[in-house]
Amino acid sequence: MAAPETSDAPAPRREIHTISLYVANRPGVLVRVALVFARRGYNIESLVVSPAAEGDFSRMTITCSGDLATLEQMIKQLSKLVDVVHATDHTGDASYESEIALVKVAANLDARTEILQIAEHFGAKVVDYGTDSLILRVFGASDKLDAFIDLLRPQGLLELVRSGKILMARGLEET
Amino acid sequence: MGIAAPKLITRGVPVANTPFSDCPSGAEVLIQCLEREGVEYIFGLSGGAAIPIFDALVDSTIKLILVRHEQGATHMADGYARATGKPGVVLVTSGPGATNTVTGMLTAQMDSAPVVVIAGQTLSSNLGKDAFQEADVTGITYPVVKHSTLVRDPEAIPRIVREAFHLATTGRPGPVLIDVPKDVSEAPCTASLEAEVDLPGYTVPGHAESASLDAAAALIRRSRRPVLYVGHGAVIANAGKAVMTLAEKLRAPLVNTLLGKGATDETHPLHLGMLGMHGTAYANKAVDACDLILSIGARWDDRITGKVDEFCVDAMKIHIDVDASEFNKVLRPDVCLLGDARLTVEDLIPRVEALDTDEWLSVCTAWRQRFPLKYPKKGGLRAQHVLDRLDSLTEGNAIITSDVGQHQMWAAQFCRTRSNRHWITSGGAGTMGFGFPSAIGAQFAHPDKEVWAVVGDGGFQMTLCELATAAVHEVGVKVLIINNNYLGMVRQWQQLFWENRLSGVDLEGNPDFVKLAEAYGVKGIRIRRPGDVDRKLQEARDHDGPVVVVAEVAKEDNVFPMIPAGAPISNMIIEPPKERMEKPSGST
Repeated sequence: MAAPETSDAPAPRREIHTISLYVANRPGVLVRVALVFARRGYNIESLVVSPAAEGDFSRMTITCSGDLATLEQMIKQLSKLVDVVHATDHTGDASYESEIALVKVAANLDARTEILQIAEHFGAKVVDYGTDSLILRVFGASDKLDAFIDLLRPQGLLELVRSGKILMARGLEET
Repeated sequence: MGIAAPKLITRGVPVANTPFSDCPSGAEVLIQCLEREGVEYIFGLSGGAAIPIFDALVDSTIKLILVRHEQGATHMADGYARATGKPGVVLVTSGPGATNTVTGMLTAQMDSAPVVVIAGQTLSSNLGKDAFQEADVTGITYPVVKHSTLVRDPEAIPRIVREAFHLATTGRPGPVLIDVPKDVSEAPCTASLEAEVDLPGYTVPGHAESASLDAAAALIRRSRRPVLYVGHGAVIANAGKAVMTLAEKLRAPLVNTLLGKGATDETHPLHLGMLGMHGTAYANKAVDACDLILSIGARWDDRITGKVDEFCVDAMKIHIDVDASEFNKVLRPDVCLLGDARLTVEDLIPRVEALDTDEWLSVCTAWRQRFPLKYPKKGGLRAQHVLDRLDSLTEGNAIITSDVGQHQMWAAQFCRTRSNRHWITSGGAGTMGFGFPSAIGAQFAHPDKEVWAVVGDGGFQMTLCELATAAVHEVGVKVLIINNNYLGMVRQWQQLFWENRLSGVDLEGNPDFVKLAEAYGVKGIRIRRPGDVDRKLQEARDHDGPVVVVAEVAKEDNVFPMIPAGAPISNMIIEPPKERMEKPSGST
């Protein structure tokens, strides 16, 4: 929803939800999950699938944006899928979350020093040192990565690859 | 289920020079698994990729019913399933054979009918290569199935079949697809038929939580104007007896949805009939005025609520459902009870006491007397008259299926369903072409029962090729065509809301349905005059074998009462309107 034209205030930030799914490792489960989002007009921002601790199960961590009112319904639709063991909305809870990004920036001699200073501040590591470009690898919470990328953008961002957020509930609580 | 220990049967052409030459094939194991599930009939149509499975049927106890179009097979299986509660089984080939089942699967999914569709598929090695009659059927059908599996390993067949039947029939039932590549059905299979279900993500609710039951009971105790709103969930869970006990204990009136017809006896004094867009005026008035509405396996469909913001605004709402995703979907009930409809109602009964509903029941009775279902007695033959007489002649003992449209609503209004699983119709999907094949399926399930398919001239022509199936198997289905030579429901909307600008509704070119029936070797009977109705219906009832009765009814009749789509219940039209009406804001 756009802010009124007369207002100088920035448009409200879209709410990003993070949903964790524990699924049986059966063919088609990813498509079934994706269809629940698509049918309800939800946009998947990132999706990470990885093997779970035990045998035939996988973890999916999905960040998505869309109408808040349908989120509850969508979680229930996801839980209803035969191959989904559970689906949990972790938005706003105290889970530990992390993401990794690879950032390729143009790095001529003039810019290089500043880029490296930014990288050092964010704990990013240079993983490819070329004459015209650098690849930086940075870990952390997704908003930290956002800030890092925003700072590098004026320097000439050539390519960006992000892993998508992964997340785990703290303590003995199940993710 | 009392099935004898299975023995592996080896048959067919031995596979030369392989260590498995005395092994059954995947297809043979598949059919043995179906026998273990108690399958009596398979409704199907053969084709290249499914030949191994059809071959395995030759020596099976399962009877194959060869249809003329795969859509018909799915509706027959659906009709069989709804008439019995047991899963209906479909067998088709790959590609177009399988895609022709999509409408049937949607129909079963929307109405929670247990149907298992087995489709042949091209060779595994050809998948994704646009091979002859290849279609990504699991991909195409994801949104219209409860679950589906593309079989990769013949050894997994017993588990997959067991899971398919478990999923189709438990919890909220629905269609399950098993897609079987030809190499898998031909491959030797050494798997034991004893397979365990391995579905870690699937649970079936039973009893509702007692805290929720107590909360619901507390709301009920305060009610003076309660209504029990009974849906298909009550039919599926066979909850009718418990629901009636609850209604009588509370002294609360009941209404049912289109699909809830038959869960309880619609002729019971506490029963107000069907609610919703074309429900009885008194059912809708009761729902509009109640102070508590208890949904028993009904999902607040848009055909029921009309304008949701104005639906039962002041009433407490309680929702019993076996599917948690139905809660808070359309509206936010005060209490949600997750559980089997029968168990939940049974658990509720001891928690409640008789309510002081004398005044409320007398108000409902007054509405019933003031706004009865009625129809014009003049102007030639009326569909309502024919259906009213069908109801009287059969006295609720017949299973009645319907297609979709005006005749469906008239049948729902005038054929009062007395017992469970005696009313079968496509509600959620509104699938034209459903009525006739579903009646064939119901008749196979209950050969000794009278089965009537009430259809329109439009819908009947979508699956009429199954006249051959009915004729060949001497299925004694009675087809009643309400023939107005129109797609009548759309014509009604165009007349009422679109300035009578008729578009795409005139079925000019309809065949002579009596001659058509006779061409298939089926008896044809025509009714033209109101005075002939009883005699001709009785003639059809007395006929041993399939029969097509064509009622040539008034061309431009309309279904009332009617709540325009998306309008509040208070906007219900009981009499034909005199003035032009606004276009409805609701969906369709």
